[in-house]
Amino acid sequence: MIRVVLPAHLRNLARVTGEVRLDLEAGDGEVTQRLLLDALEERYPMLRGTIRDRASGQRRAFVRFYACEEDLSNDSPDAPLPAPVATGAEPLLIVGAMAGG
Amino acid sequence: MSGVRVLVGTRKGAFILTADGARQHWQVDGPHFGGWEVYHVNGSPADPDRLYAAQSGGWFGQLIQRSDDGGRTWEPVGNDFTYDGDVGEHLWYDGTPRPWEFKRIWHLEPSRDDPDTVYAGAEDAALYRSTDGGREWQELTALRTHESGPRWQPGAGGMCLHTIILDPVHRDRIYVAISAAGAFRSDDAGGTWRPINRGLVSGQIPDPDAEVGHCVHRLAMHPSRPDVLFMQKHWDVMRSDDGGGSWREISGDLPTDFGFPIAVHAHEPETVYVVPIKSDSEHYVPDGRLRVFRSRSGGDEWEPLTAGLPQENCYVNVLRDAMAVDTLDPCGIYFGTTGGQVYRSADNGDTWAPIVRDLPTVLSVEVQALP
Repeated sequence: MIRVVLPAHLRNLARVTGEVRLDLEAGDGEVTQRLLLDALEERYPMLRGTIRDRASGQRRAFVRFYACEEDLSNDSPDAPLPAPVATGAEPLLIVGAMAGG
Repeated sequence: MSGVRVLVGTRKGAFILTADGARQHWQVDGPHFGGWEVYHVNGSPADPDRLYAAQSGGWFGQLIQRSDDGGRTWEPVGNDFTYDGDVGEHLWYDGTPRPWEFKRIWHLEPSRDDPDTVYAGAEDAALYRSTDGGREWQELTALRTHESGPRWQPGAGGMCLHTIILDPVHRDRIYVAISAAGAFRSDDAGGTWRPINRGLVSGQIPDPDAEVGHCVHRLAMHPSRPDVLFMQKHWDVMRSDDGGGSWREISGDLPTDFGFPIAVHAHEPETVYVVPIKSDSEHYVPDGRLRVFRSRSGGDEWEPLTAGLPQENCYVNVLRDAMAVDTLDPCGIYFGTTGGQVYRSADNGDTWAPIVRDLPTVLSVEVQALP
């Protein structure tokens, strides 16, 4: 079970409160950012395009991924997420960057 | 008519203003989508309870919301505005080629007779259509891939397709306008397009009467006379009597002919409204006075409408999609300002009063007459 914390605007959009909990089918492989986001968007289709750009599939410029007090935003989408995220001990934080007005 | 519903898009959400037919006492509902930019909210002429909203923001991109109950509840629908096929390149500000890149939806135009069919105008400029209530969007690619596309360039607000007019008589005719490419017309439901900018003169481009490159700010049409178009250009107020085949200037005695919105009276096809703005680098009303100008002769001769509008220390702008007319009698005129005021006139523009004064910057105003 994976835990994800969405920013307030996306919680409103997905009509959830608190953390989102996802059961991932990672097969024999590692849990990656891509697998996690695919599962998140599958369960909440209204989030498609809000975290990753529709056309490029890349993280949107003003979205950040944090976990275990580390910034994972620029990690490869196919790199394994930290073990505490994969086990559910720690959540992945999806954060709107400090920008805007 | 039982009343009117004014749909307001702002920098920080959408608001819905409602009143009975007298249009004196208003209820303000919102913000919907608080914190998001709402470039446009528009209702279906075929079903007034079907609304579409273009919600966007720098953090989380573009969403389209749909309401089937007049704006009480909303459902996010499709937001896949991928360019179809070869993306191509247009001119960037510095004159270099730059690939098309989707940024946001500026304008939503529902079909006149099918609530599930709606058109969307994008930045970077492209036209999309949905026939399933906004769930899936198909690009009408012939516009973006027009041979002149590589010469299109963004205006200061971006390379946006901001105006979509569906001709009520010639059913396959669509007009669009793009800053800063100009106006275009399709006579085959979007299958092919041609620029309709003959007669426009823009001193800001190297060839002032070029086929494309003009910063058209807004087009307006009266549904009973679809071959007559009115245009507020970057500078100049223009008119065409032949479906955009040619244009002539009708700025006449306006104090300045820079501006953004233009609208036509619901029952008088020769009565036109504009809001002159001081200049291209001073985007506020001249002399600190908020004045709507009305022509009752189809242009050239204009009268200021000031009753109820601030006549000192006012320095707001009225953006291109932020003026609308209702179909009641007498005709109601509505506009929103960058200062967050929404004004209404229930008497053809003769007198005005604010509906609400302190909203975020108003990006768009539409009005529906409710049955």
